[in-house]
Amino acid sequence: MNPIAADLKSADMDTPRKPKVRIATTSLAGCFGCHMSFLDIDERLVALLELVEFDRSPLTDIKVCGPCEIGIIEGGVCNAENVHVLRTFREQCTTLVAIGACAINGGLPAQRNHLPLATLLQEVYTTRPGLAHGGIPNDPELPLPLHKVHPLHEVVKVDYFIPGCPPSAEVIWTFLSDLLAGRAPASDRRTIHFD
Amino acid sequence: MSQNLETAANPGPLRRIAIDPLSRVEGHGKVTILVDEANRIHQVRLHIVEFRGFERFIVGRPYWEVPVMVQRLCGICPVSHHLAASKALDVVVGARRLTRSAQMLRRLMHYGQILQSHALHFFYLASPDLLFGFDSEVSRRNIVGVATAHSDTARRGILLRKFGQEVIRITAGKRVHGTGSIPGGVNKAVTAAERDLLLQNIYEIIAWSRDAVALVKRLHNQHPALYNSFGAFRSKILSLVGRDGNMDLYDGVLRARDENGAILFDGVEPDQYLDIIEEQVKPWSYMKFPYLRALGADKGWYRVGPLSRVQNCDSIPTPLAEIERREFMDYSGAMPLHAPLAYHWARMIEMLHAAETIKDLLHDPAILGGDLVVQGARTSSGIGVIEAPRGTLIHHYGVDENDLVTMCNLIVSTTHNNQVMNEAVREVARRYLDGREINEGLLNHIEVVIRAFDPCLSCATHALGKMPLVVELRTLEGDLIDSRARD
Repeated sequence: MNPIAADLKSADMDTPRKPKVRIATTSLAGCFGCHMSFLDIDERLVALLELVEFDRSPLTDIKVCGPCEIGIIEGGVCNAENVHVLRTFREQCTTLVAIGACAINGGLPAQRNHLPLATLLQEVYTTRPGLAHGGIPNDPELPLPLHKVHPLHEVVKVDYFIPGCPPSAEVIWTFLSDLLAGRAPASDRRTIHFD
Repeated sequence: MSQNLETAANPGPLRRIAIDPLSRVEGHGKVTILVDEANRIHQVRLHIVEFRGFERFIVGRPYWEVPVMVQRLCGICPVSHHLAASKALDVVVGARRLTRSAQMLRRLMHYGQILQSHALHFFYLASPDLLFGFDSEVSRRNIVGVATAHSDTARRGILLRKFGQEVIRITAGKRVHGTGSIPGGVNKAVTAAERDLLLQNIYEIIAWSRDAVALVKRLHNQHPALYNSFGAFRSKILSLVGRDGNMDLYDGVLRARDENGAILFDGVEPDQYLDIIEEQVKPWSYMKFPYLRALGADKGWYRVGPLSRVQNCDSIPTPLAEIERREFMDYSGAMPLHAPLAYHWARMIEMLHAAETIKDLLHDPAILGGDLVVQGARTSSGIGVIEAPRGTLIHHYGVDENDLVTMCNLIVSTTHNNQVMNEAVREVARRYLDGREINEGLLNHIEVVIRAFDPCLSCATHALGKMPLVVELRTLEGDLIDSRARD
């Protein structure tokens, strides 16, 4: 029996139930692929929902992260808003988890780091084929892009790192099972991939 | 109240309301609304706040890296980018015609993608609004609420998505960001054991997809006035159709219709896209605004995705989905159905079509082996167009004699819908928010109409109020590692 199901069973027998563990998730400069891989736990999601509840997440309509036991962040830091959200997560979450290549080392979006930002914006918004009215978007509503894409741990303290692009659902499931059961997370090395 | 609501005449004294971030959509964006003291609405904008620069940093990379690099644009429809890039690079490596096995394997991968993405969108993201009501309580308006109140619906949604993801894993190597497609073909066939695994479930998947169409029809028929009018406005439509005019989501020619359903153009080869589509930039969004070149920016904007495709094709080449298409067309009558909420109906018809197509492909022995890759005379540029879950996806590359990319232009599905999504939120704002005390439930109406388009906005984030004019990024030790000031 998997650890979460085991917990579930004991939760059913023991009354009153343990309060649910509150989890927040977000994607900064990522592609949502890590969130997809999390959803790839498939029907185990239903069992997980017996133990956890979601705060801010792309799955809920909660817009600002409140106090949580666990915060999970995919994507690196590419603009001023990312910095703000990351710091809010760090303040609100007891345990902060960087998930996936982008959160850990900037990932593919960090490929832009060797190019000057002005050149990038110039080329994408003024010199593409089929572009009639070019111009670099600069409205105050748009968050300022940073010169470079940064990994999370350059900005805040990160408690756990789960590598992979994305990490497999098995790795994510094992990690959460361990964490929820109060064990030190330990994945089988054979399941850890960096691609 | 100004007529088109894009730009307020005098924004100074107006109050700003933001929906930030948009939730239960793929990716991040925000909506800002400017209202006066009487809560009359003067401006509504859907902003895409991300900038990543893929089109530029792909330049200088070896072309064979591109199909695996560009799929990192999106973790929800990575297969679409993987295949659109592969199709463009087929041209570059001179693979004018792929082997039958390669074509069928790519199609299998693609229809697996359509199935999983449509299931994800409907069951995990959009269904809470439709099942519980647009202004139902926030704590319940999510997949957890659906799993509690409609456990069988949620379970089937999870298993439909799982099946699509398994099709992708088996054809591409892994569920998210696989490597199965390469310039000139594919690098992997399906084994008989893998095929049999999928065949075990496919008939149940088809049955559940039919039930999903029935569920959306039932929702539509319970509140026809709402579903037919919510956020509705007339627009042109664009999609690929097969060379025979039937629905084909992997390959075909471009066809567009006007607001009344009359053909604007048909049979346009995808590599002529620059002749028919032009883009403009607006300073308040990182997403460009495309339009039909012949009609200009003011009149040429158009809609893509399931609602366009189901009404643009002559028929759907699988029997159960074709029955549903005919019922949809009978319902809409002589005029096209423009209502955004009808996207859900069309999307579920496409999910059924994807399930039926997967069944047919699983019975095709070509997927089990044979020649997988072809090459021919090298060329210096290639254009690949595919119908991604959210609409027409265009990839265009130039490659030099050293195999390095010299140019990359992408028009992703959601970009085509930029103007229509802005029109839709303005329509909803006019009808439901104007002059009223705005609360969370009313603001969710704006998000409901955006969700109908199933936008894929990717990355970016959250902020309340204007961002500071200067941002400094320091390490935990206090060292300055990045800073930017707004010019």
